[in-house]
Amino acid sequence: MAKNIKDRSIDPASQEMLAVAAKAGLETAWDRFDKQQPQCGFGELGLCCRNCNMGPCRIDPFGEAATKGVCGATADIIVARNLLRAIAAGASAHSDHARDVAHTFKLMSEGKAPSYQVKDQAKLARLMKEYGVSTQVDLADAVLAEFGKQEGPIQFISRAPAKRQEIWKNLGIEPRGIDREIVECMHKTTMGVDNDHVNLLLQGLRASLADGWGGSMIATELQDIMFGTPTPVRAMANLGVLEADKVNIIVHGHEPLLSEMIVSAASDPELVDLAKKQGAKGINVAGMCCTGNEILVRHGIPIAGNFLQQELAVATGAVDAMVVDVQCVMPALGALAGCFHTKFISTSPKAKFPGATHMELKEESAYETAKQIVRVAVVNYGLRDPTKVHIPNIKSEAIVGFSVEAIVGALGGTLKPLLDTIASGAVRGVAAVVGCNNPKVKQDYGHVNLVKELIRNNVLVVTTGCNAQACAKAGLLLPEAADLAGDGLKAVCKALGVPPVLHMGSCVDISRIMVACAAIADALGCDISDLPAAAAAPEWMSEKAVAIGAYVVGSGVYTILGTIPPILGSQGVTELLTEGIKGVTGGAFAVEPDPNKAAKLMIDHIEAQRKKLGL
Amino acid sequence: MKEIFVRPERCMGCRSCEIACAVEHSGSKTLFGALTDKPEPRKRLYVETIGSQRMPLLCHHCDEAPCVAVCRTGATSKDEVTGIVTKDHDKCVGCWVCATICTYGVVGREKEERIALKCDRCKDMEIPACVKACPTGTLIFLEERQLADIGSRDASMKTAEIQRSRSTPEIQS
Repeated sequence: MAKNIKDRSIDPASQEMLAVAAKAGLETAWDRFDKQQPQCGFGELGLCCRNCNMGPCRIDPFGEAATKGVCGATADIIVARNLLRAIAAGASAHSDHARDVAHTFKLMSEGKAPSYQVKDQAKLARLMKEYGVSTQVDLADAVLAEFGKQEGPIQFISRAPAKRQEIWKNLGIEPRGIDREIVECMHKTTMGVDNDHVNLLLQGLRASLADGWGGSMIATELQDIMFGTPTPVRAMANLGVLEADKVNIIVHGHEPLLSEMIVSAASDPELVDLAKKQGAKGINVAGMCCTGNEILVRHGIPIAGNFLQQELAVATGAVDAMVVDVQCVMPALGALAGCFHTKFISTSPKAKFPGATHMELKEESAYETAKQIVRVAVVNYGLRDPTKVHIPNIKSEAIVGFSVEAIVGALGGTLKPLLDTIASGAVRGVAAVVGCNNPKVKQDYGHVNLVKELIRNNVLVVTTGCNAQACAKAGLLLPEAADLAGDGLKAVCKALGVPPVLHMGSCVDISRIMVACAAIADALGCDISDLPAAAAAPEWMSEKAVAIGAYVVGSGVYTILGTIPPILGSQGVTELLTEGIKGVTGGAFAVEPDPNKAAKLMIDHIEAQRKKLGL
Repeated sequence: MKEIFVRPERCMGCRSCEIACAVEHSGSKTLFGALTDKPEPRKRLYVETIGSQRMPLLCHHCDEAPCVAVCRTGATSKDEVTGIVTKDHDKCVGCWVCATICTYGVVGREKEERIALKCDRCKDMEIPACVKACPTGTLIFLEERQLADIGSRDASMKTAEIQRSRSTPEIQS
């Protein structure tokens, strides 16, 4: 063991399983991270370019050797191009997810996907009105057309406050079509096209807005229609949700198209009977990462953990099937599952893995496939080796499912009570804390400490993704956690019976936060950039987080990154994203790995915003 | 005494050693901190291409070091005990004679401060920064006698590989 387990995670369940894994000689992401040390300095600074075969080129950060690539690209150009490609990749992930959901929605509307039904008629009606269409199929076509639109703007842009739309129009960054903006990123960054770092970054904002106010928002809205808009529900979180005497199925990845079907199939009487015949007491489905968040916030299905716990879950030896779709699934899972009886099952034609059994989920027959998958897990339960099973007896309760609709509902049908508490100063402002795990940060250390410090200072926290799961595991998603909050926030939480940290869903559900920001700004008659609000991604690692950060800053929100983005090799790009952009979108990035210092930056920003608003 | 040895057949030309060297000789000694150092931190070893071969060139701390012999101000000296050849920047006047005479071309010129720069084998570190940064084991830091052990181990692994590649087709047929 290269490092002390306590240096790797603050989560006691993770610590326990890391010890088990080390004893069994099982390799985890933390071990591989250690083997990657030292990581390449050029890469850390964003100074290498592999975009053409005259290279690879890299720039000497200290100006001694090469200061330009073969084509003449400077550090500014190379860093900006690399960043743009990361944004394009992240935006494509959310948007391709949305495309699948929209496609399934269309098939469902045409009666070709009987496994799926409309669960939220009211939202369906609202969306049809917004798009100005009269049938469900027309809505499906209109939404699908957003991807291939050429001249735009995409529909949901009009959900932003008028001032914000004006800013985007004046900058020329209104997204024209979801796919178009991503393609343009790739075109601009290929050899010999856009070599102006400012122009490159503007396209980055444009593509990211096509994600936040496009792909991600479409995914959220259609998923709500098909699976229900989340309302507050109690659930359990952490590896302790796995059960020794039940068939354990983990659904891991991002799209609820899969996890919803597995959840339904797991309660199919035929399969429950089969499980009992195998000697199990039942079938237990638990989530991991964002597909877990999707079923957590809609049905209270337990969550086994966040990103860095995927291998630790398999290491419990109690997982009968690890069922995955797309995004954030480590290719290491195949070899690890091979050390146990665990079946590693891939389901998306887009994502295959070494060591996985592929059982493709098709829209037309999703439920049948889900039943087959559950059956494989149930049969596999018989092969579980009890001597290899080690489930940490650690789990926490949480209240989750705070969609914008649910928050407004909890407030009595209007945002006014929240605005009043902000105006009175009881609540100083709102912070969105989101993002991944990253072995560069002790697991959940950045998440939990930042959130605790924010609520202690009367900042209401909204959360999604792996941060939400970290908060759930740390007990911060309970009304009782209000005791950790400052007096003002505590009183508001006690009065409403809500936690000081509101779980709004998966990473695509950051679109819910955008909608909430727009609604608050509209209510106050200002722009999003005027709000006493800030955002942070304390342990981010994915390109998706880069796209999210870009659209959040592009929407006018001050955003702190807890791990250092690969841009510091360019003074021009660094200066633009941390300072120059303030006068352009009203938002800006800051980098601060220390969660307490990050909290202070966010609180200072919120207080300065309050002053400007005269609060 | 441990020395830095180079196994050029492993070098990928990534220049990680160069960056690590410059950072170690910066004020903050961190990559991100070094970015704002003035004057810019300077490396003391050089990744070069010789034909299709890439390899780092670095100071060998020669027994009969020419750079010591030609130094008129006494800035360059060889430590009798450790054998390390270092420069005292206060005494250096930037005449560059040492840089000119060095057989390996590994004495650099800091033009702004007019001083010659060379490897000090990272006095404060147990393992020199360049060795620590090398991802492929091109640079290794060990006693001369240990090198022979590594050589024989590498040779035996190579022999085993050849044996395997010869025997595999027979098994398959």
